[in-house]
Amino acid sequence: MFKEYNPIQDKLFRIIDDDGMIINKEWMPELSNEQIVNAYKEMLFARTADLQIVSYQRQGRIYTYPPNYGQEAISGAAGAVMREDDWLVPAFREMGAYLAKGATLKELFLYFMGYEDGSLFKDAKNILPLSVPIASQLVHATGIGYEIKYNNKDQVVFAFVGDGGTSEGDFHEALNFAGTWKVPVIFIVQNNQYGISTPFSIQTASENIAIKSVAYGIEGIMVDGNDYFAMYAALKNAAKRTGEGNGPVLVEAVTYRKGAHTTSDDPTKYRTKKEEEEWDKKDPLKRLKAYLIDKKLWSEKEEERVIIQYKKEIDRQFEDAENYPESSLDDVFQFMYDEMPEDLQKQKVEQEKFLTWMEERK
Amino acid sequence: MDGGEKMKIMNMVNAINDALDIKLKEDRNTIVYGQDVGVEGGVFRVTEGLQKKYGNDRVFDSPLAESGIVGTAVGMAVAGLRPVVEIQFSGFVYPAFNQIISHAARMRNRSRGRYQTPIVIRMPYGGGINALEHHSESMEALFGHMPGVKVVIPSTPHDAKGMLITAVESNDTIIFMEPKRIYRAVKQEVSEDKYSIPLGKANIISQGTDVTLVAYGAMIREAQTAMILAKEAGISVELIDLRSIYPVDRDTIANSVQKTGRIITVTESPKSFGVASEIAQLVLEDAFLYLEAPPKRITGFDTIVPLPKGEHHYMISPEKIFYDIEKTVKF
Repeated sequence: MFKEYNPIQDKLFRIIDDDGMIINKEWMPELSNEQIVNAYKEMLFARTADLQIVSYQRQGRIYTYPPNYGQEAISGAAGAVMREDDWLVPAFREMGAYLAKGATLKELFLYFMGYEDGSLFKDAKNILPLSVPIASQLVHATGIGYEIKYNNKDQVVFAFVGDGGTSEGDFHEALNFAGTWKVPVIFIVQNNQYGISTPFSIQTASENIAIKSVAYGIEGIMVDGNDYFAMYAALKNAAKRTGEGNGPVLVEAVTYRKGAHTTSDDPTKYRTKKEEEEWDKKDPLKRLKAYLIDKKLWSEKEEERVIIQYKKEIDRQFEDAENYPESSLDDVFQFMYDEMPEDLQKQKVEQEKFLTWMEERK
Repeated sequence: MDGGEKMKIMNMVNAINDALDIKLKEDRNTIVYGQDVGVEGGVFRVTEGLQKKYGNDRVFDSPLAESGIVGTAVGMAVAGLRPVVEIQFSGFVYPAFNQIISHAARMRNRSRGRYQTPIVIRMPYGGGINALEHHSESMEALFGHMPGVKVVIPSTPHDAKGMLITAVESNDTIIFMEPKRIYRAVKQEVSEDKYSIPLGKANIISQGTDVTLVAYGAMIREAQTAMILAKEAGISVELIDLRSIYPVDRDTIANSVQKTGRIITVTESPKSFGVASEIAQLVLEDAFLYLEAPPKRITGFDTIVPLPKGEHHYMISPEKIFYDIEKTVKF
């Protein structure tokens, strides 16, 4: 696959076209109808949740939120390919992947409501918390990869970053270290065309992002990130390759951020309606749905039915999160050090004295 | 010494090497890497011989990139290893700041105790070695201001070994700064056995009654000489080796000042917002009513450390310390 889709030739790996028709039978992954329907349902759930969260934010019930809208196939495919023991090193726009790993929507809600416990993901194995400083998490992925190799484990790291992140030094350092150490890491770049308002053309003079793999001496491939089958096939191949000790793989997932960067951003300032409409034609859910309807595996009626069900579930988890206990002073102090230094204990005691004074003043 | 403890004359380079050797032997999770630390054994030869002994996957040369070195250590630590990384000179650590302050220092807090980052970041620091630009600075206060890491500086081979063993065994990220000016200048008998020295505890080097003198790293030597000058002038100095920048051992300092009534802190770092200022403030909080003179800061200037031909303008001499001891006692 990596030979056939050499990024130097600027080739885009696709399996279905914009209308959901198979155009690349050779690489169509072996998935049962049930698996494909489930994949679609997971993407639909993520999209429904995403739109719902934006509306919670508008109601003032949650803080700033970065939507996944339009990029669901990438996380969906990663979620399907990742095994329980594999590591997920997220950036912050990979909802489907967190959920597949065992994180809950409620935890994500907590995170964006400002609760520390929103980073706990306690039922998800081998997942790092969201990482806000752009691309800085990629070197962690390389380090985790080192541990996997050192202890001869059967694991692969799935690390995420956006197109803007590829301009950061840590992107370079992570790929360079990973290449020389030959560690089992897949670096997945969600090239959604924008770093907030900055278009891809301003990030790099490279023809594409996957081509950067050549300089690091590792494999790379440019994939249609809105094509679930292509993403699945590419990640599955990458996981096999890197898991067998052949070094890291760079996967560029070409997609489009249909929503805003975050709920604080207004994309009408920097992109045109026409451009958005062009990308609407390539929408990942629309394409997979067309495929399923064509195969008589899905219907509009079924879609309406599950969306109602999803909305209820999303609301239930949201309300659960809204009833979460208030943050305590302990939350601030307890995890700073293995054992709290004396001076820090004193700072906490001082604050408690003040709070008691406030209480008595009432 | 009794009990069959084997002693050996070591300088600080030998002592640090010995500590790493002990931990590498004892714990397979201990990994040592950085620029040139493998084959060459580091530019100061601190890790000499370790790669031969423990293999290329445990002691190795990394690509030349500080953020990559510390950032990969964060990943390794999260996955269960205990990396000890070397930054060749503290003046080159700045590209790694984001990894230290944004991740190593906060991963436990962020993950609510699920992951920890038991990393030791070793780096030679300090001036007085006739080096090129960026090789002479003392910026420990920058790390002291980062919640989530500990910052320690040994001043003797004995302390270096015991403190490094504790640091490697700690579940926190430890910034371990090594006074390169006295890497080989101070030799003493050091036990070849394993021992540890707690981090966060200062060491009272010598008891005194007139003034408390706090120093650390390479400044201990200058302070000891100043103490002799003071003694000749009839002034009794209590010399404290701070050893830990964060957490600061405020009790040891406050108790001492409650006895002497005076405090002078010596650091070779810039004056403003530094360790000496922090100590002055904690003395004001904990020993205000005992003070007979204002707390004194003997520091470098708020300037760049000059290049070798001008470095003498910046470096703190025993005479400078004695000068301020006299002024403080006579205040």
